[in-house]
Amino acid sequence: MTGVADPTNAPAANTRAASEYGPLETRLRERRADGRKLLVPYVTGGLGKDWVDVVRACAAAGADAIEIGIPFSDPIMDGTTIQEASQRALDIGATPVSVIEQAAGADVDVPLAVMTYYNLVAHMGHERFCEALRAAGIAGAIIPDLPLDELRLGGYDEAARHHDVETVLLAAPTTTDERLADICASSRGFVYGVSLLGVTGERTSLADSARRMGERLKQATDRPALLGVGISTPDQAAEAAACADGVVVGSALVRRLLQSGGPDEAQSFVALLRRALDAA
Amino acid sequence: MSAPARGDAVILDPPGPEPVGLGRFGEYGGRFVPETLIPALEELEAQFRVAWHDDDFRQEYAGLLAHYAGRPTPVTECHRLSERLGLRVLLKREDLTHTGSHKINNVLGQALLTRRMGKHRVIAETGAGQHGVATATAAALFGLDCTVFMGAVDVERQALNVWRMKLLGAEVVPVTSGSATLKDAVNDAMREWVASVQSTHYCLGSVMGPHPFPWMVRELQRVVGDEARRQCRELLDGADPQYVIACVGGGSNAMGTFAGFVDHCPDVQLIGVEAGGLGLETGHHGAAMTRGVPGVVHGMRSLFLQDEDGQVLEATSISAGLDYPGVGPEHADLGARGRARYETATDDEAVAGFQLLAETEGIVPALEPAHAIGWLAREAGRAVPTGSTVLVTLSGRGDKDAAQLMERLGEL
Repeated sequence: MTGVADPTNAPAANTRAASEYGPLETRLRERRADGRKLLVPYVTGGLGKDWVDVVRACAAAGADAIEIGIPFSDPIMDGTTIQEASQRALDIGATPVSVIEQAAGADVDVPLAVMTYYNLVAHMGHERFCEALRAAGIAGAIIPDLPLDELRLGGYDEAARHHDVETVLLAAPTTTDERLADICASSRGFVYGVSLLGVTGERTSLADSARRMGERLKQATDRPALLGVGISTPDQAAEAAACADGVVVGSALVRRLLQSGGPDEAQSFVALLRRALDAA
Repeated sequence: MSAPARGDAVILDPPGPEPVGLGRFGEYGGRFVPETLIPALEELEAQFRVAWHDDDFRQEYAGLLAHYAGRPTPVTECHRLSERLGLRVLLKREDLTHTGSHKINNVLGQALLTRRMGKHRVIAETGAGQHGVATATAAALFGLDCTVFMGAVDVERQALNVWRMKLLGAEVVPVTSGSATLKDAVNDAMREWVASVQSTHYCLGSVMGPHPFPWMVRELQRVVGDEARRQCRELLDGADPQYVIACVGGGSNAMGTFAGFVDHCPDVQLIGVEAGGLGLETGHHGAAMTRGVPGVVHGMRSLFLQDEDGQVLEATSISAGLDYPGVGPEHADLGARGRARYETATDDEAVAGFQLLAETEGIVPALEPAHAIGWLAREAGRAVPTGSTVLVTLSGRGDKDAAQLMERLGEL
């Protein structure tokens, strides 16, 4: 699907052959077809010397895809845990290029997507950013401060499509139905449903808005629909996955890494999430 | 001397030009925010566009500016300072408004909009505390809940304003992330807005952030420039000043001032003065126009102090209100087009300006506009030729800075 995808033809998406999707979406669709709930853990890139081992541990523990955060100085969609992790990674020298290059060495059989903020992408340049991801074998990108309208206006969209970088768009509880349809049609890889009004971070219970978000996404699209933000425990993951195709879990994992946890801790936590999803 | 007296009607000029497309000023501006905020920004844009052309809204706003904020503010002719500098210096006296700075103009408009949108709470970021105090004031006046985010460093150096905000019923949240100054207060205010957007309006304090804020805040501040233009013409027998100067952090007092001249008076030279901090050569400053590069931060494409990867750098300035590594997008565009030029004054020059205005005119400026005075004092007879007529916007009064300056200057 080199550069021919048309954002307006998405209703036809469910009739396409699986090979028309990029590696991220293809894998998620396959796993979903197997009756499996999808699990996408988030790891802050550059957080400690062994962060790539953490990525490998997530893969080994049953992740279906892995989100790698490229740390930014001013992450406005992130709560205190990921802010702290980002700052710590920056303090020990993480850069966009170093994170992408090190991720390339992870050599895992699980598709990867970077999560970062648009200023870093704009500084690298759309072309260079997308080329770097492709060269590193990274399938997707999530850029939470580049909403649909700006994605189309500024030229990022063309570059991403040209280089087959699957750019995952976010849908929020405040998103109107009309806009939700547009987001689902334009997103690639999966659609990221923000489960609550708020930034990333652990919560004591799953927000009521999560179920509604999942239902709206499932109604709007055939594309894999994952819920994220505020999903912190195996029980919450299972509860959220009941109304969507799967979950993204970030802060709960990153907190363990900040508390001197390494690959082993990550592996056991992701395995717990996996078991909870498989049992649901 | 024919400056208007207190209690005169406030005259609002017709609305000014809107940005093009999705909030663009040339290549700058835009709406780079998480999806959660998009509907609220679209609603705000639509409501403001309607309200700003609605006679009832404009009358109520003008009434608040007159009877609550104390507008119109005078233009003061500075005889002794003029003699000292070999110039004719006029000051637009925003320091004389209720709450002591131009910030009140913006918050009264946004409080009216908050009520119009049926929201019951406002949040705000603040640097020096002037915008926080203004927001807390408007919240008290309108019976709105109010939370103000303020960098922990600024909470420390602006204790008086913190106390004032609390007195006015606001909750003040010290922000400890990053550099614990204005940049980080904006981050936390945006995060809080993502969580509370359905009941809460983000009362952004400058001509920055995502569309429609840069446009809306400029329009709510343009009364400064529109009044000043008319007042100058009265004082100058129909002529305009040759130079119009204002300090620039995010840039709201400057943008409000420039808006009154930029299209009406194409020959007037517009000059923004940024925080030179410890000196541009030291790298410790807040001069985003002078030393920044294009980037996308806080919802807007503009100029920011950043490293080569795009990580935002900490700004440095003696004045909390200019201690910001970015600038509003319309300034970035005015600079790119050469319609305005941007200069810097160091901490030391700002302090000199602070003292100079106090000694020559009996007016104690805030440290922010003291940068404009300091720059003018340095450049009188140089960049600003002897005999020139100059309007400087005195964006706020210096009471808030007294303790800090007392420590720095010691026994006088």
